[in-house]
Order: sequence, then C-alpha cells, then structure tokens
Amino acid sequence: MKTLKDAKIGQTVTVIKLHGEGAVRRRIMDMGITKRVEIFVRKVAPLGDPIEINVRGYELSLRKADAEMIEIA
Amino acid sequence: MGIKIALAGNPNCGKTSLFNILTGSNQYVGNWPGVTVEKKEGTLKGHDDVIIQDLPGIYSLSPYSPEEVVTRRYLVTEHPDAILNIIDGTNIERNLYLTTQLIELGHPVVVAVNMIDLVRKNGDTIDLQKLSKALGCTCLEISALKSLGCQEAAEKAVELARNHTHGEMPHVFNGSVEHALAHIEESIEGKVPQNYLRWYAIKLFERDQRVRGELKLDSDLISHLEKHIVDCETEMDDDAESIIADQRYTYIGNVIDRAVVKKAPKYSLTLSDKIDRIVTHRILALPIFAGIMFLMYAIAMGSFPFSIGTICTDWANDVLFGQWIPNLLGGLLTSLHVSPWLYGLVMDGILAGVGSVLGFVPQILVLSFLLSILEDVGYMSRVAFIMDRILRKFGLSGKSIIPMLVATGCGVPGILASRTIEQDRDRKITVMTTGFIPCGAKMPIIGLFAGAVFGNSPLVATSAFFIGVGAVVISGVILKKFKALAGKPAPFVMELPTYHLPSARNVLRSTGERGWDFVKRALTIVLLSSMVLWFLQSYGFENGVFQAVQDNNTSLLADLGKAIAWLYYPLGWMGDMAWKATVATFTGLIAKEQVVMTFGTLYHYAGELSEEGSEIWAMIAADFGPVRAYSFMIFNLLCAPCFAAIGAIRREMNSGNWTLATIGYMCGFAYAISLIVYQIGGLFTGEASFGVLTVIAVAVLAGLVYLVVRKNRYADEPVKIGV
Repeated sequence: MKTLKDAKIGQTVTVIKLHGEGAVRRRIMDMGITKRVEIFVRKVAPLGDPIEINVRGYELSLRKADAEMIEIA
Repeated sequence: MGIKIALAGNPNCGKTSLFNILTGSNQYVGNWPGVTVEKKEGTLKGHDDVIIQDLPGIYSLSPYSPEEVVTRRYLVTEHPDAILNIIDGTNIERNLYLTTQLIELGHPVVVAVNMIDLVRKNGDTIDLQKLSKALGCTCLEISALKSLGCQEAAEKAVELARNHTHGEMPHVFNGSVEHALAHIEESIEGKVPQNYLRWYAIKLFERDQRVRGELKLDSDLISHLEKHIVDCETEMDDDAESIIADQRYTYIGNVIDRAVVKKAPKYSLTLSDKIDRIVTHRILALPIFAGIMFLMYAIAMGSFPFSIGTICTDWANDVLFGQWIPNLLGGLLTSLHVSPWLYGLVMDGILAGVGSVLGFVPQILVLSFLLSILEDVGYMSRVAFIMDRILRKFGLSGKSIIPMLVATGCGVPGILASRTIEQDRDRKITVMTTGFIPCGAKMPIIGLFAGAVFGNSPLVATSAFFIGVGAVVISGVILKKFKALAGKPAPFVMELPTYHLPSARNVLRSTGERGWDFVKRALTIVLLSSMVLWFLQSYGFENGVFQAVQDNNTSLLADLGKAIAWLYYPLGWMGDMAWKATVATFTGLIAKEQVVMTFGTLYHYAGELSEEGSEIWAMIAADFGPVRAYSFMIFNLLCAPCFAAIGAIRREMNSGNWTLATIGYMCGFAYAISLIVYQIGGLFTGEASFGVLTVIAVAVLAGLVYLVVRKNRYADEPVKIGV
C-alpha cells in the first residue's frame, strides 16, 4: 500500500482511502483530505518531519505518522 | 427581549478582528465552563440589545476537540437567534465545510466573506449571488482588516434574527445517503426540536457518541437506525463519517465551480509560499528562527541601546518605584502623621513587593507586543512546523518553544503564551515545565552565589541555564507517562495560514490584555502576600513580648524559618544558615529577586544592596560551602515560581487541582535534584558524609531514572478530552 508518507516533494497525488480511526482520522477529513482529492506535496520540515502539503487551495502540515494513514494512488 | 448572535468561523479567518470591530470595548472575557477555552462576548455597537457571542475558531462541528464540543453545545442548547459565519475568501473551499454544518442547525445564517480585498488583489472573483443561492443564506463581502462591510453584515444578521428568516436548506447529500438521513429524520421526529432535525439526523448517521448519549434513544430505535446506516455504508463501500465528509466536500466543490473563479493556476506559488521558501527552508529555517527570537529577546529584555523593554523597566524600577513614588507616598504619609507601623506597611511591605513586580510591566508589554505581532502575522505556526520534531519527544508540541523562550525573560508572559497550543495535554505539560526556565528575576540569585562562593565563574550561570532546560526535558519525559497526561500524541494536523499584515487593533488589544492581566495580579495576589510577609518580617517576640522588631532575626518570619528549616536538612541547609536560607526561599515566592534582598536584611546589611548583593558575599561565603550553595541555588531556581507566575499557571490550567499538581511537582522535583546534588556531590568535596541520607539520595536518583526510562503504559490510549 502506498501512502502519503512515501510521496516525493513536488509530487501531486490522489487520495484513495483513509485508514486509522477516531479523532485523528476525523480531523484529517475535516481538513479536506477525503477520497479522490488531489494533494500537492510542498516540502518537508528542516528536521525531516512534519511535511507540508497543499490541499483544496491551502497549506497544511501533518506529521509523517499521520500521513501514513492516507492511502494514495 | 435581547438578541443573541453567534460569531463562528475557522481559525485564522479574521474572526477576532471582526469581533473587535463589532463590539469595540464592550467585551466580556471568561472561560467556557470546564475547559480552558476562552469565551468572549460583547454588545454590538449601536445595538445595546444585541449580544455577539464569539465562538472558538474551529474547522468542523466534530465531537473531538474541546473547542468543537463547546461550540456545538452552545449552538444546540443556547439557541442563538442567528449565526454570523465569517469565512476566509482566499481559502473558501475548506471554510465552507464548516458553513454547511452551521446551516444544518436551522438557525438564520449570514455568511461574511472576509479578506475580499485580497481576493480581488489576487484577481479572483466570488459571485456572491450564486453563492447565496447555492447555500440558501445571505452572503456578504467584508474586509475585517480594512473595516469594510462588517457593520452591514452584523446588521443583516440582526434583521434575520428579528424576522426569524430561514433560508432553504441546501441539498448537500444525495443518493442513498439522503435516503438514509430522511429515514433517520422520520424516526426521531418529535424527539428533537424541529429546527435541529437535520443536524441530529446527520450526527446519528455519523454514530456520534455524544449525541447518542444525549438523546437517550432506546436500543430498538438505535438498532433500527443502525440498519439504515449499515445499508448505506455497504452500498457506498465506506464508513459513515467518511461518507458525510466526502459528500460535503463534493457539494462544496460543485458550489465553488459555479461561484468562484481563480486567476492563478493550481499549486502556483503565492506570495506567502515565496516567503515560506525562505522562512521554512531546510537549512535557513532554524537560523532565521534563532535570529527572530534573539531580536525579540534583545528588544524586550536585552541590554542594548535599542532594548526598549529593559530601558523602561530600569526606569520604572530605579526612578518611578525607586524615587518618585516612594518620595511622593513617603511625603504624603509623613504629612498625614500616620503611625510608624502603617508607614512601614505601605513603604517597606506593599511598595517594595508590588513595586518590584510592577517594574516588570514595560518588559512584559514590549514582549507581548512583539509576540502578538508574530502571532497575528502567522509566524507561530511556522515555528511549530520547524520545531515539532524535537519537542514531540518530550511530550511537548512545536508551539511549546515560544513559552519557553519568553520565560527566559519572565515566566508570567511565558506561561500565558502557552495559550496558543491547541492540544490540551501539550499545553498542560508546557505550563507545568515553563517555570523551570531561569527567568530574569532568578539571575540575581545566580549572581549572588557565583560571586560569593564560586569566584564569579561564568560556568555557574551557564550550568543554571542547562539545569533549567534539563529540568524541562526530563519533566516532559516523566510527565507524559503519567495517566492523566499520557496517550497517543495529539494529531498534529495544522494549517499554515497565509501570511498577512498584522492588524494594529488586534496587536494592541492583545498586548493590553496581557499587560493588564499582569498588573491585576500584582495588585491582588502580590499585594496581599507582600502585606503578610511584611507583617511576619516586622513583628515578633522580643523578651517574651509581642512587638515590632528591629532585628529581623527575632521576627515571626525567622521563627517560622527556624521551625521548618529541618525540612531542608537533607539538602545540606544546616546550622545557622538553615533558617536564613529557608526564609529567603519563602520571600522568593513574592518575586525571586527578593531572595538576595532577604539575605541582605538577615545578614544585617543596612545600606543599599546592589542587585547581586556583592556587599554580603563574604558573609555568604562563610556560611555556604560550594555544594551547599549550589544545592540552595538549584532549589530556588526549580521550586515553585513566584506568586505572579503561580497566578498565571492557575489561569492557564483553569483548575485548582492542576495548579496544585504543578506547584507540587515543581517543588518535589527541585527537592529531589538538590538532595542528589548535595548528598552525592558533597561526598566528593567532603561537605557531606556517607550515611542514611546518601542512600536515600541514591534511591531518589534511581527513582528519577526509572521515571524517565520506564515504559509508557498508556502510550496507545487515545487522548482524553476534558469536557
């Protein structure tokens, strides 16, 4: 399974499914990461984590541990 | 009958600016019951009967964060007459996600599309008529930064509230989802207020535990509903929560396709992105952060020609509270011929205590001002972004770095700065550990012992700093394993808002609030404690008679010190210095710089004492061996902070028990470290000899190591939300 964690900087990916459960998962969905949405991977923080992505026209940062819950094509 | 209008919107959408514009100075600030979420309300300018209730900035009405829960509860139980929903026009897609949920509550809604000036500048267009039609509610454009259209938007909300005008609910859901929702609505009709029918149906579809508990539906009905939900989930091949979020965003996507035209191509670099290319650059980010922090610290606390904060504080301490007010007040009291005890109480008790705390106000104001700017501009979330990796390991969040840095100047604004940390647990651990950082007022203590006992070695100050930072790191690791603070790290899914110019109104207001908070505390808790301490210091039994005493050594405070000095015996505080050290530690609670002044009085030094007390170094050196001096210094650096900081902890924890736990933890930790330093360190210098206490010290050290390395048993438990 390929997740957002594996995506390279500068890549545009499409979300297939969200894994995990509870508050974190819901938060990720509320922030606009849902099925079929396009995500552009902008950059990685200076210390290697978290990452910054562009989704639905705004910038969002999330930890790699959370990005691992997002399955991409 | 008054009208209540709820102001709701995402974080960073300009809600605070709008609230300030609409209410001016008619604001009341408090806390939502049971949580440390700030509650603000005010009356609308020009309408004394209209109350604007500012709701916390949230992204959704999910049941998870305290902010979301208090907002939901307010909207459903307090029945506002209308909702004024402010949305960021430059980030309309995600902002409308909350809007669709607010509309479902069945209250009249006005949508204020903010930052319309920026939207136009970007060359984008938003067709408000199409937007209004699609959402079934009035949409207006405003610019909170430029105060355009704000009053009109509020007036519109008032009008809708007076007429109870509801729009037609938009058709957000379709297919089998709408089918299931309609079924649920049918089943619960009559059990919930009619206008909330859709809201409750959606929440039940999402299997929202809070709503299920609240409605107390019987199990037959729940299993009946469950069948509809499961059918729908099977058909859509997804879970209920995802289905709802998915259809919501799909609906918004369609609305935007019709009503919004963006000029710039997708993923192109905005000005904000270009700034971030440098500010969060892989190599440059950390040096830039260090530079900004240094500059902020230098302006507020440093000793440079441009250090406005220090210049004003020095002036306040030396001139205002050093000469003007004492002369004025002294002259006044003398001319009134007040009795000597009252003169002493006012001049030596109140003025000395309150003055020494109020002297810090300029530094606090300058620091708060600079911090507010960084917050308003949007830099704080970048700090969290670049620092998160390190701080997460200690149970802290990326945002904890700000309180810690500010605390090197003064712990009070440091602790108050923890407000910007959203996650409850991260914020609690930050508040509990920020007081360990050596603040400006602890510097004289370090200076006193460095000069008296350690030949002015710069290593003393350096080691004090590392002990402070070490205490934060070790405590973070220890605390995050306790059940009340344990659990999976809170999700770090954080928006990096577009940079924008700071609003003078917001910055000045927030600076004023923080400064006033500090002054209030000086005038209440510090005032009271200074009076008590003055009494204890000035009265005592001499020759068996209770009277005012000249000699501090016979004061009640000295008696008290002598009575409890044994507590500190294991730390090496013994002999004649023990009670003096004990008394100094207690006076340090008023303000840490009082420690040096207290030693001055206790060692009968009559003249004006310099800040680091160089006049009494010889006497201190005679009483304190190096290890004993170090043990005293560490205890005073790490134990309970001053009253002003304790007040700040109380305010940020919003709970008496958590405040007690914090103070208790800090004192216990300080005691443990001092014990280890004296008993084990003393063995090497010969100040302490091997005995029972050595064994205890080794056991305490082992205990600390255990607390640090033990397995986190609650690591996988979801973080509890205290609502």
